Amino acid sequence: MSQNIKHDCENCPVHNKANLVRLGINPENVDFIIALAGNPNTGKSTVFNNFTGLKQHTGNWPGKTVSRAEGGYIFNDKKYKVVDLPGTYSLLSTSTDEEVARNFILFGQPDVTVIVTDATRLERNLNLALQILEITDRAVLCLNLMDEARRNNIKIDIRALSRELGIPVIPASARSREGMDELLLAIEEVASGKYVCRPHKIKSKSAGLNHAISEISGQLMAHFPGLPNATWVAMRLLEGDSSIIEAIRSGHLGSLSPDREVTQPV
Amino acid sequence: MESFSDQQSREEIISSANRARWELGVNFHDTVIESIYEDASRIARKTVVVEGGREAYSTDIAIDKIVTSRWLGFPIMFLLLALVFWLTVAGANYPSGLLANLLIDKFLPVLHSLGDWLHMPSWLTGVLFDGAYLALAWVVAVMLPPMAIFFPMFTLLEDLGYLPRVAFNMDSLFRRAGAHGKQALTMSMGFGCNAAGVVAARVIDSPRERLIAIITNNFSLCNGRWPTQILIATIFIGSMVPAAWAGLVSAGAVVTIAVTGIVFSLVVSWGLSKTVLKGEASAFSLELPPYRPPRLMQTLYTSLIDRTIFVLWRAMVFAMPAGVVIWLVANIHVGDQSIAEHFIHWANPFALFFGLNGVILLAYIIAIPANEIVIPTILMLTVLSANIVRAGAGTGVMFELDSLEDTAGILRQGGWTLLTGVNLMLFSLLHNPCSTTIYTIYKETGSMKWTMLATFLPIVMGLIICFFTTQIWHLYHI
Repeated sequence: MSQNIKHDCENCPVHNKANLVRLGINPENVDFIIALAGNPNTGKSTVFNNFTGLKQHTGNWPGKTVSRAEGGYIFNDKKYKVVDLPGTYSLLSTSTDEEVARNFILFGQPDVTVIVTDATRLERNLNLALQILEITDRAVLCLNLMDEARRNNIKIDIRALSRELGIPVIPASARSREGMDELLLAIEEVASGKYVCRPHKIKSKSAGLNHAISEISGQLMAHFPGLPNATWVAMRLLEGDSSIIEAIRSGHLGSLSPDREVTQPV
Repeated sequence: MESFSDQQSREEIISSANRARWELGVNFHDTVIESIYEDASRIARKTVVVEGGREAYSTDIAIDKIVTSRWLGFPIMFLLLALVFWLTVAGANYPSGLLANLLIDKFLPVLHSLGDWLHMPSWLTGVLFDGAYLALAWVVAVMLPPMAIFFPMFTLLEDLGYLPRVAFNMDSLFRRAGAHGKQALTMSMGFGCNAAGVVAARVIDSPRERLIAIITNNFSLCNGRWPTQILIATIFIGSMVPAAWAGLVSAGAVVTIAVTGIVFSLVVSWGLSKTVLKGEASAFSLELPPYRPPRLMQTLYTSLIDRTIFVLWRAMVFAMPAGVVIWLVANIHVGDQSIAEHFIHWANPFALFFGLNGVILLAYIIAIPANEIVIPTILMLTVLSANIVRAGAGTGVMFELDSLEDTAGILRQGGWTLLTGVNLMLFSLLHNPCSTTIYTIYKETGSMKWTMLATFLPIVMGLIICFFTTQIWHLYHI
């Protein structure tokens, strides 16, 4: 008899530990691709291990993920591939680890980019988050290390932060798995289009700059229809980023953008 | 097919961007960065509140002031290292004896009677049981207990956030040596595994500084070499002092070797940056992560799975073929002596000149695939060349060793002295990287030249250091 009575918790979409199937390494034919980006030592690899069941070595150690690691999981019958990117402070310079992260978000076109941030150092972490929101429209902010923030009497207004950034913000402390279910759910909602992000875009005060950006992004769109982040590419082009110039010169940029198959290797 | 006009219009996009860049002026990059920082700070002000009067992380800052201070930073570092080794030395002896008793004294005869029952030919039981199995049993008995104690403690320190402080302390030394400050990080990684340290050098952007970090990583004592150091220090150095002090003194000796490695790392970096890899050190910023209380159970679990089992597995994989090789070189006779005896007798005069012996050289040749099997190989070869043969067993069979005292006895019978022990510790620090690391260096640098330098430089240095140690020793002791 008692099995007929469904507990409220079970109806709540957050009650879904059973819905998570960890796939470990090498998932195939995935529905969505998720990128984990963020500053060094914010716990990206811990989130990655939580999702995939893999045992990527984690450590209290900035810069321990040098190249990207990949794994997979199934959540609510959808197959996800997760890519753990090296931690970076920005996407604007040219060091190897930053290029790996930037090129993946830009050209790998993940369906959702999870920005893992350190709740105790939010301002510095937001610098990178804002740069990521310049390149991609679909992102979730994982406000990690909330346990430490609490210990240090740091309070964060989650709703206001989400409103400012225009993306879901999930407080978490990945080490103790707190907030992981909510994060999986937020990723699902953004990936499936249930939640439409309206990401914060940086507005420059320079009119000349804005004019140049819109002109060049217009040219880019004409040549590469469907290019998802023309504004950002235009900005990088204005800065003289040699890898972007090369991608345009060879036409490589175009082949990466339109109608990408999710099953394709990235 | 791509038309010419496509290519032309792409070039047009690039050139119009170039024109705009000139019109906008040089401060364009700064404008963009400024607006990002402005927005980030505005959002943070709106959403973050720090409650209470106490500054966030005031405890962390207070601790950091001590552990990274000019005067206390290094002593604290050495004391922590010594504590870890002391606990390892003190804790590993008993389980080692227990494992040896179980795997060798109890189980080997079982295997032999199984072989008899199956009417296996003696060369087959020799290769399988006295070669492959014994090497395996030795690796487990000698390596497992120290690793199971050392790695979890090391991982706890890492989890706590202490390693970046080590890097912070070392940073200015590395910069003065003309290397990148981040080399302190890759060096610390090398204490775990040199191959991992070499890969980690990717965090260094400048190719010059990255090469220096790769070439000098081998001077960090790796997982595979810690047990050798701990064992030899216990047998030869700890035994010189009263038993109560033995653990502490052996731990001190291991720390001395590790610190010698760091000194070599700095000196060689300096030498390289003054000669073949000339240049200035570039600046970088290192963020000290907050201290985090380590999750005890998870740390124990991951260090057991990630490190202990991994290193042990690697050692076992390499030990079995090495065991076969050892049995074969000990049992295939050319003339009146086995191949091993030929080599040992031939190499002895040369090796003794450096304060080592033929057994050690042969062991290092057999053990190129993995540093982990050096000690078991040395023991097996010593038993053989000193003709300490167990009653009823053939040549190339391990003696039964229930405790460190037995191991020490065997080595002494093989002609080992304190000097041999010290030189082995030095040579274990200064010799070629294992084959995995050599391959990784080749993959990372893509250059045969630098791979060869990274391989042979430490051997040459090791022989020179052992030579001088021996000469100075003889000067004062004879």
